[in-house]
Amino acid sequence: MQRREFLKISSLGIGGFALSGTLLYEYFNSNIDEKDRELKKFPTYCEICFWQCAGWVHLNKDNKIWKITGNEKDPHCNGRLCPRGTGGLGSYFDKDRLKKPLIRTNDRGKQSFREASWEEAFDLIAKKMKDISSKYGPESIALFHHGSGGKYFTNLIKAFGSDNIAKPSFAQCMGPREVAFAYTFGTGLSSPEPLDIRDTKCLVLIGSHIGENMHNSHVQEMSDAIDNGASIITVDPRFSTAASKSKFWLPIKPSTDIALLLSWINVIIANGWYDKEFVELNCEGFEQLKQHVQTFTPEWAYGITTIKPDVIVKTAKEMFNASPSVIVHPGRHTTWYGDDTQRLRAIAILNALFGNWGKRGGFYIPDKTEFHHFHLPEYPKPAWTWKNAVDGKYNLVDLGLANVLVDISIPKNKAINDGKTIKGWFVVGTNLTNTLPNTPHTLKAIQNLDLLVVVDTMPMEITGWADVILPECTYLERYDSVRVSQNRVANIAVRMPATKPLYDSKPAWWMARELGIKLGLKNYFPFKTQEEELDWELTQIGSSLKEMKKIGVKNIPTPDHNIYIPKGETIEFNTTSGKIELYSADFEAEGFSPMPVYLAHPEPEESFYRLIYGRAPMHTFSRTSNNPYLTDIMDENTVWVNPKIAKQWDLKENQYVKLKNQDGIVSTFSIKVRITERIRIDSVYMVHGFGHDNKLLTQAYGRGAADTELITNVLIDSVMGGTGMRGNFVTFITEEI
Amino acid sequence: MRYAMAIDTLKCVGCSDCVVACQTENNVPFGFCRDWVVEVTDGTYPSLTLENRSERCNHCANAPCVRCCPTGASHITEEGVVLVTHSKCIGCAACITSCPYDARYTHPDGYVDKCTFCYHRLKDGLLPACVSVCPTKCMYFGDVENPESSISQVLKNRKWKQLIPEAGTEPKLYFLI
Repeated sequence: MQRREFLKISSLGIGGFALSGTLLYEYFNSNIDEKDRELKKFPTYCEICFWQCAGWVHLNKDNKIWKITGNEKDPHCNGRLCPRGTGGLGSYFDKDRLKKPLIRTNDRGKQSFREASWEEAFDLIAKKMKDISSKYGPESIALFHHGSGGKYFTNLIKAFGSDNIAKPSFAQCMGPREVAFAYTFGTGLSSPEPLDIRDTKCLVLIGSHIGENMHNSHVQEMSDAIDNGASIITVDPRFSTAASKSKFWLPIKPSTDIALLLSWINVIIANGWYDKEFVELNCEGFEQLKQHVQTFTPEWAYGITTIKPDVIVKTAKEMFNASPSVIVHPGRHTTWYGDDTQRLRAIAILNALFGNWGKRGGFYIPDKTEFHHFHLPEYPKPAWTWKNAVDGKYNLVDLGLANVLVDISIPKNKAINDGKTIKGWFVVGTNLTNTLPNTPHTLKAIQNLDLLVVVDTMPMEITGWADVILPECTYLERYDSVRVSQNRVANIAVRMPATKPLYDSKPAWWMARELGIKLGLKNYFPFKTQEEELDWELTQIGSSLKEMKKIGVKNIPTPDHNIYIPKGETIEFNTTSGKIELYSADFEAEGFSPMPVYLAHPEPEESFYRLIYGRAPMHTFSRTSNNPYLTDIMDENTVWVNPKIAKQWDLKENQYVKLKNQDGIVSTFSIKVRITERIRIDSVYMVHGFGHDNKLLTQAYGRGAADTELITNVLIDSVMGGTGMRGNFVTFITEEI
Repeated sequence: MRYAMAIDTLKCVGCSDCVVACQTENNVPFGFCRDWVVEVTDGTYPSLTLENRSERCNHCANAPCVRCCPTGASHITEEGVVLVTHSKCIGCAACITSCPYDARYTHPDGYVDKCTFCYHRLKDGLLPACVSVCPTKCMYFGDVENPESSISQVLKNRKWKQLIPEAGTEPKLYFLI
């Protein structure tokens, strides 16, 4: 009988393949005596995604890295790491890792790098930075970052004189949510989101696929909620895992979510299914809202969303019955159609009406802790930032927009004011070309640069464009900043190296410092070693590196902090009015609609299907697409096609097709077809993070297709500049591949 | 004392953490697995159901793999755990053919391998790696002959099913439904 594959889906098989003679296999020894199994363990927090679960890296008796397990004291994971965290070993063992600093020697776009010493690499970078600075000003250096290394380079770039710094996780992901909640409740939600899922009676998921996204403690709490008999309402055009566990699944027509939300608000106001006392005490603008939603009846919404009126009413009642222990989950990746901040405003408003702010089973008030870093000299004030370049657009936004930094890097870009240009990029821990939609646009910007420095652990696509590549060691091989978390109880976690860096890789902390010294910025890097810096920081809060090495995670509760606010209390919100703003005068002042409205979005033409994308629980996009532990379970993505559509196209299960989008872009690689009832007839679905075209990624190269390639129609959010990515449509190319 | 395992399909999200944890705990070579995830979809859009199951060797009380083993390498412990003594195994693969659950595989080192319920952890009072890691805590493990154990409790209070019961192997893996 044939050996079973790892992940068997009823209509699809996925094959793994045996790797022999790899670095990994050499470390395996199946005959270890139990008492000798564990030599020692080192505290860490995971770097595979941004939930940052704390855990332990275990060494076996041969002093080799053996496994990673969760720290039981950590509320991010409660001792249980997700599949990516458990498989984090793969990032350490990956034989395709960057091993030495590399310097470009040939034409841009051609992978002709030569190995260099760190000294030479830093000298080159410092020289180019100074050249750029003298010609265009220090502001002309931009930093794109994601992950732990970003902090150190942020310090470096700010010390150098630039504030053109952005994380793709803002404008490509959480931005609309953070801005919408800031202008409703006076605060963004940050991470981990303070949602009291384990005690909720009703969890509403609209644009969230918990269970396929592995936000660890939230997945755990959803499981607890299921045990406690909570009901789940999932709004999703796809029958997600969460949808399969839901009391109500609303298979909504894509792009119509705002209509559903407005209709829910209409229903709960019309029926009095909201917390009148809470609204009276804490909300501003209720009368305007009531007036505004009058026409947004379930019947109106039905015609737009295809969700039946009685279902809209039933689900509204379900939410009310559970309130205040109800959560309308605001999601995280919210950059969809360009009106995303408004959609998140609708979600915020709905939550507000149920009075779940500061309530058990709703949104709890997170405990945060003051964490002091060593006092550095003040940063020089830049002559301009990206905000000046966009001349008043995005006034409500403070954080950097990665796509705007790219726009500024393109010369004579009509959308950008003259006199401001970006000529140098640092890209730290983000595969920028595959992260930002409309890759050709990003590449155009790169062509204009005088300097592109990439800091990464792996030869991701972005490295192919670099002038200098600096190999970062993995999280298992380094210290990093103390993780300071908001939660029901504020807590900290540490990361310590379990082993020395492999090859000639180094921690980002060290890189930033060495470069800083070369640039004459030593004052911003006062500590000689990271241990010294960490020990200093930990001593400020009454701990030490020695203590943290033993426990890994420590609670730092704020005395007298209450995560719940008693009913009937008036709460002070950090908004202009001091109340929850159902009606946003701030939005109105900027020319945006003060309350959300529904706007119809373009629909696919005949033979085209809306491209929707998401996550798989065993992957974190590029971060794991080459990880042998995780590719062993899932080594390619598939395109989900409804059987009716498959029949029309005569597609067979497991057949490979290419996808072509509305702009004529064809996917570089073909993708396997998965015929499933779980997707609507007007859409296709694929997991993001595959279709790598860098041959140096031996596990990932050519496997599956890249959705990013096909996302060339970018819908910019007018309020916060985010890049909406769900307005692209694809058709199938079935000819011989 | 009889060890058994129950998986709550209502909570399992099919994340495959159990697969990765088993792999790192037991040094399972790439391309092979001791446990795996099965996902079954039923119905037509939008009336659908989805079941996720973490599967492995069922540690059957009436195990055909033990009966057919010519060397006695495949054996069952007094706690009901079906194991393979590597040094005795000649790799004939008769057991692989006999197993209705497709639970065994031939290890590159030549012997037949499968889930051991992490027997090496049990004597230290630890749970199998898969059960310890599962983020949804949907896995139960313990002595099914002890009415006080958590697994006995959950089997008493919940509906459950087993795989291929008609094969008569008396499996010790239960799926809560």
